[in-house]
Amino acid sequence: MKPQALFTAFSTIVVREVRRFTRIWAQTLLPPAVTMTLYFIIFGNLIGSRIGQMGGFDYMSFIVPGLIMMAVITSSYANVVSSFFSMKFQRSIEELLVSPVPNWVILAGYVAGGMARGLGIGLIVTLLSLAFTQLSIHNLPMMILTVFLTSALFSLGGFINAMLATKFDDISIVPTFVLTPLTYLGGVFYSIDLLPGFWQGVSMINPILYMINGFRYGILGVSDVNPYISLGMILVFITVLAFVALKMLSRGKGIRH
Amino acid sequence: MTNALEIEGLTKIYGDGFEALKGIDLHVAEGDFFALLGPNGAGKSTTLGIVCSLVNKTAGKVRVFGCDIDTHLSDAKLNLGVVPQEFNFNQFEKVFDIVTTQAGYYGIPLREASVSAEKYLKKLGLWSKRDTPARMLSGGMKRRLMIARALVHEPKLLILDEPTAGVDIELRRSMWAFLEEMNRQGTTIILTTHYLEEAEALCRNIAIIDHGKILKNTSKKSLLQQLSLETFVLDTESPLDAAPELGEFATRLDGEGALEVDVQKGQGLNQVFVRLEQLGIKVISMRTKANRLEELFIRMVEENAVESHKSVEGAA
Repeated sequence: MKPQALFTAFSTIVVREVRRFTRIWAQTLLPPAVTMTLYFIIFGNLIGSRIGQMGGFDYMSFIVPGLIMMAVITSSYANVVSSFFSMKFQRSIEELLVSPVPNWVILAGYVAGGMARGLGIGLIVTLLSLAFTQLSIHNLPMMILTVFLTSALFSLGGFINAMLATKFDDISIVPTFVLTPLTYLGGVFYSIDLLPGFWQGVSMINPILYMINGFRYGILGVSDVNPYISLGMILVFITVLAFVALKMLSRGKGIRH
Repeated sequence: MTNALEIEGLTKIYGDGFEALKGIDLHVAEGDFFALLGPNGAGKSTTLGIVCSLVNKTAGKVRVFGCDIDTHLSDAKLNLGVVPQEFNFNQFEKVFDIVTTQAGYYGIPLREASVSAEKYLKKLGLWSKRDTPARMLSGGMKRRLMIARALVHEPKLLILDEPTAGVDIELRRSMWAFLEEMNRQGTTIILTTHYLEEAEALCRNIAIIDHGKILKNTSKKSLLQQLSLETFVLDTESPLDAAPELGEFATRLDGEGALEVDVQKGQGLNQVFVRLEQLGIKVISMRTKANRLEELFIRMVEENAVESHKSVEGAA
């Protein structure tokens, strides 16, 4: 396929993905907006006012970057895992498999679709947060780069999960038992300075800690870890997951007999 | 003439060790209307699945209009349109979106895709349903939707796996007319079907596959010439108590009292009527007991089953 045709195929996949999650907006866009608003009210306003400062900022300002990233991570992952698995389940993935679209374009299309939802949710949550606190941006490129790459990374994760899944239960295991605990323990609600030394060490092996802190650095200028190490780690993870996903696609894991 | 499809030594062994294809060879000429026939589990869908990249082959070569699927897969796919056996579109998407999205996968921009989608949706009687979610369509409409989707990028080779399964007779005939028109316009068509009258009505060349082997690959004409015996069913004006003696023609009564007459190749039907006339039996209607191709097909598959059984016994 020529470059123009490849771009058409890529944009077709992205448009279809966007059409899907906007068609079911009550399932995809509304719930994270409601959940995050509750977090802002309960943790930020009600409890946060008694907590006082964290990392040199009032508690509401401190948790906003983490909550935005939490919404981006879960939405990016959820979009790709549910969309791709549904296509496998309905066999409409065959529409793509019989077409001349190369595997890397299929992967890029799904990742871009996941990013569209993840970043869209991130924007909604950011706008909602402005009703509760003021946001001043410390390092715009760092903030944008971190949130874009994190969204891409978790879209890739969702893709691999969908490739491996054989039943609907399989697409909820990772979000429930891996992503949610790692996100909550990744410094969304606290600085790891509050933890005893041992648990600080344990926290350092949680990759989501780096992403949340990288993003927090972009907004507030404070971080528990070096933000450039965060970016480097995200890039390494993206490279590894993209390689794995492409290998699975070329072997037809779970999609070709 | 170029071959639309060339298959050489195609083998497929599934993960559980089942050998679905045992090194088959198959050539389909450009412009042909070709039928791949076989009983359930014979290897038809596996063969077409490999050609369409839905199944990974174990060994062998497949070329679509000269493009090897191992080295020029993208070019091979550009020439292919596929209508699968089961509905495989997103049931929640609208008819028009399903067709234009498929065109997009082939690199066709939306403006051109919309023109092509309109053309085929109109031809297949689905234009009025263009904004309807696919799940709201009837079974026949869903089948036509899959044909429109397969044609939107104007493929040179159209592969249909049981395209008229579960479709009523009227619609089946209109789909036949549509496919014949596509073939006349130059599209090579390969179909699998359980309706042997469909293959007999539409196809010029036929391959019969069973247990992963091609039993026959020839023209429909030469295949039908191999038919040495046909059975006719005659409805008589007065009910018969017993089958009459008609000389060299074997006769019997079927369960509903109609007269069955076996006519060998070369025997004239006139003689049957002369003898019936002599016996004072008046015939009010006549039909063949089974479709001619169906008789041949059943015989070949049964013979293959006997041979397979013998070879298994010999090996034991």
